[in-house]
Amino acid sequence: MRYSVFSLIREGLTGHAGWPRAWRNPDPKPAYDAVVIGGGGHGLATAYYLAKEHGMTRIAVLEKGWIGGGNSGRNTTIIRSNYLFDESAAIYNHALNLWKGLGRELNFNIMMSHRGVLNLAHDEHEGRQLKRRVEANRLNGVDAEWLDARQVKEFCPVINISQQIRYPVMGATLQRSGGVNRHDAVVWGYARAADAMGVDIVQQCEVTGIRVEAGAVTGVETTRGFIRTPKVACVTAGHTSVIAAMVGLKLPIQSHPLQALVSEPIKPLVPCVIMSNAVHVYVSQSDKGELVIGAGIDAHNSYTQRGSIDIIEHQMASLCELLPVVSRLKMMRQWGGIVDTCPDASPIISKTPVKGFYINGGWGTGGWKATPGSGHVFAWTVAKDEPHPIAAPFALERFYTGALVAEHGAAAVAH
Amino acid sequence: MFLITCPYCGPRDQSEFSNAGEAHIARPTNGEELSDEQWADFVFLRTNPKGLFAERWVHTAGCRRFFNMLRNTATDEILAVYRIGEPRPQVTTAGPVTPSGEAPIGSGNDAVKVMRPGEGTE
Repeated sequence: MRYSVFSLIREGLTGHAGWPRAWRNPDPKPAYDAVVIGGGGHGLATAYYLAKEHGMTRIAVLEKGWIGGGNSGRNTTIIRSNYLFDESAAIYNHALNLWKGLGRELNFNIMMSHRGVLNLAHDEHEGRQLKRRVEANRLNGVDAEWLDARQVKEFCPVINISQQIRYPVMGATLQRSGGVNRHDAVVWGYARAADAMGVDIVQQCEVTGIRVEAGAVTGVETTRGFIRTPKVACVTAGHTSVIAAMVGLKLPIQSHPLQALVSEPIKPLVPCVIMSNAVHVYVSQSDKGELVIGAGIDAHNSYTQRGSIDIIEHQMASLCELLPVVSRLKMMRQWGGIVDTCPDASPIISKTPVKGFYINGGWGTGGWKATPGSGHVFAWTVAKDEPHPIAAPFALERFYTGALVAEHGAAAVAH
Repeated sequence: MFLITCPYCGPRDQSEFSNAGEAHIARPTNGEELSDEQWADFVFLRTNPKGLFAERWVHTAGCRRFFNMLRNTATDEILAVYRIGEPRPQVTTAGPVTPSGEAPIGSGNDAVKVMRPGEGTE
């Protein structure tokens, strides 16, 4: 069923009783042409583009919980592409361009809001770095501009630009095409569109092993039986190492908890996304009115989706300095997600030494913004068994050749 | 959030410590003979287990000394703390029931918790 204003009116007049299921809930078949492990945003996008652009419809997405129940449902939904290096600008801007038309393409309202992303500078040197990034962005066709403190105040009046505080705001970069969207809607939209093309989305199905014969993947063991397949695409943020270990692969990835908090809902206060590398907090306001607040990862490896209280203390202190008006705001919820971080703060989109086993992971603290671009180039890599030109710099080989894409500065979250 | 028992100072809040990555990684002594792959293994590749993990910590806001720790990364349970140079203690801990399954305690992901019979009932 196609969603439109007419279907909405028709269903509104008939008690909303006629909406069909958005996607099926099939049992796994004994064999597929390709299996995507992980039913998050990146996994579903991969399946969607495999079906749409490469004609592979005998494919399955295996999800251990429910779709979008992992990091897709735990992130702060910030979209931007103001990365420093050409390779990163290419992939994140590829994603941003797809975000712009995604709601229409999927026929699903993903609530994409291009409200602008501010990256604040708190000292002269950070200001220089950010100005350099603005120029690098412009050379790569990414919209970016530099605002001084007064312009920051005009764009986002709630920010404290007093020069008397410990880390005063000196200025900021602004990417106007950046913004936020609704993470659940993206997942549901991709699931619905992929399902309509015949992709099996299998929930409550955990992969427990991967069968490899003569150096090539032959299938996956799951909690719902063995599934034969020549291609396995691992898109399991937080558990990339765990899945890779099933084929005996060691990765340059460490898994850490990353926390987020949501405040009580308030009237419109924060009109854009505010990010600060130096005092280290980022905040935006959801359409419901809650402030959505994030900061850095816990420094130790962990798979417990909780995180430490000292991280919260740190980010709240930063937030109160930047936005003193929120100092008595109540926090309603806190949670943690597990992020797979790479040594150069860039992702891994790659073939592996095991034939038919592909990895898309290691997005660190900022995978959400890349969702459509990541799925798009990874589907190419899986379908053609060769890296998409945009994905090629993010192959595993870079850790041997030394051609790292060191984006610690632009990743905006310490890891 | 947890308490860590520094082998020199005793139990202290976690926020006094810094994590220093996987323990027992030795720098190769025959560097000139190593291939790029072997160097990458030393510099970048680490085990990242969901379960028992040996790691280094440093008591940054205390004695500033490094030490080793065994911890279950699926539950954040601390199993042993020992000084640099001491042998790794033998410990046992329950890993997740399935490779990526969530342990009954520790994890905040209630959607996919997998328990053994009798586990998490208290």
